[in-house]
Amino acid sequence: MAKVFIYPVNSLILADLVERFGHKPLAVMNQVREKVTNISLDSPPVNITPEDPKVGLRYAAVEVPPGVRGRMALIGPLIEDAEAAIIVEAPPVNFGCVGCNRTNELMKYIVRSKDIPILELRYPETEENAPEFMYKIAAFLESLPREEEK
Amino acid sequence: MTDVKQEEITKVIVISSDKVLPVDAAMKIYESEFPVTVKETCFGLIVTGPAEDVLMVTEEIRKLDKNHIFVKDRGFPAGDERRCRASRGGGPRPGFHFLREEVRMLPAIGAALDELEAKGPVKESPTKKDKLKVSELERIIEAELAR
Repeated sequence: MAKVFIYPVNSLILADLVERFGHKPLAVMNQVREKVTNISLDSPPVNITPEDPKVGLRYAAVEVPPGVRGRMALIGPLIEDAEAAIIVEAPPVNFGCVGCNRTNELMKYIVRSKDIPILELRYPETEENAPEFMYKIAAFLESLPREEEK
Repeated sequence: MTDVKQEEITKVIVISSDKVLPVDAAMKIYESEFPVTVKETCFGLIVTGPAEDVLMVTEEIRKLDKNHIFVKDRGFPAGDERRCRASRGGGPRPGFHFLREEVRMLPAIGAALDELEAKGPVKESPTKKDKLKVSELERIIEAELAR
């Protein structure tokens, strides 16, 4: 079972397919859960600890906007754990919490600079392209090692 | 703030099936004895509870129509007042827009999963375009009429 980083980080289709083919999706939802269900933390926007900005500083310098560092504090540890990655370019909706383009560029750069298998493809614009999209992901996930259960 | 134990998890179950409705899946969970919280939504269900129970419940629900029921994790528990529309004065909840876009693609993804299951692992995707077979056209018409 490989830990597979997915981009967009909150994608239903990618998270489901990775799990369906026997691997573990590294999605941002689990990171968010730790932040919002920990009783020692208050409600947003006061839901970060003094440690979080330090984690963000590992990936982006201090003069980088704090939003990038804050997002990287959540997403960066996922990329460090990743054993493979699926990057889908041009998703139809990319705004709100996952809409920071600088963070997205930075996270894709860090993923690409890691020595892990990466599948890069475009989001299907029509339903006719969806099977092709699915087959590529399925073939990639089938090719990943699944021997060691961690 | 909602009190939630650390080991509790939440799953979003999106149903894109011709034979299973969200209410069917919800009834199946009500019939079971798992101590989970279920919220029925327009796209499927949100299930919150102890990790082990939620994982078993989602597996049970997935078995109802495994290629057309999709599951992902969710950070906030079901009915959390920081996300629930009832306490936020209406409007789509954060994260709904992307989910809605992906839900539009799910019938095609489900059909591709059916095809993959029928044919076995696909090594190379077909690129050559052929004429549509009559049997294939019949299958498409039947699937459309069944909606």
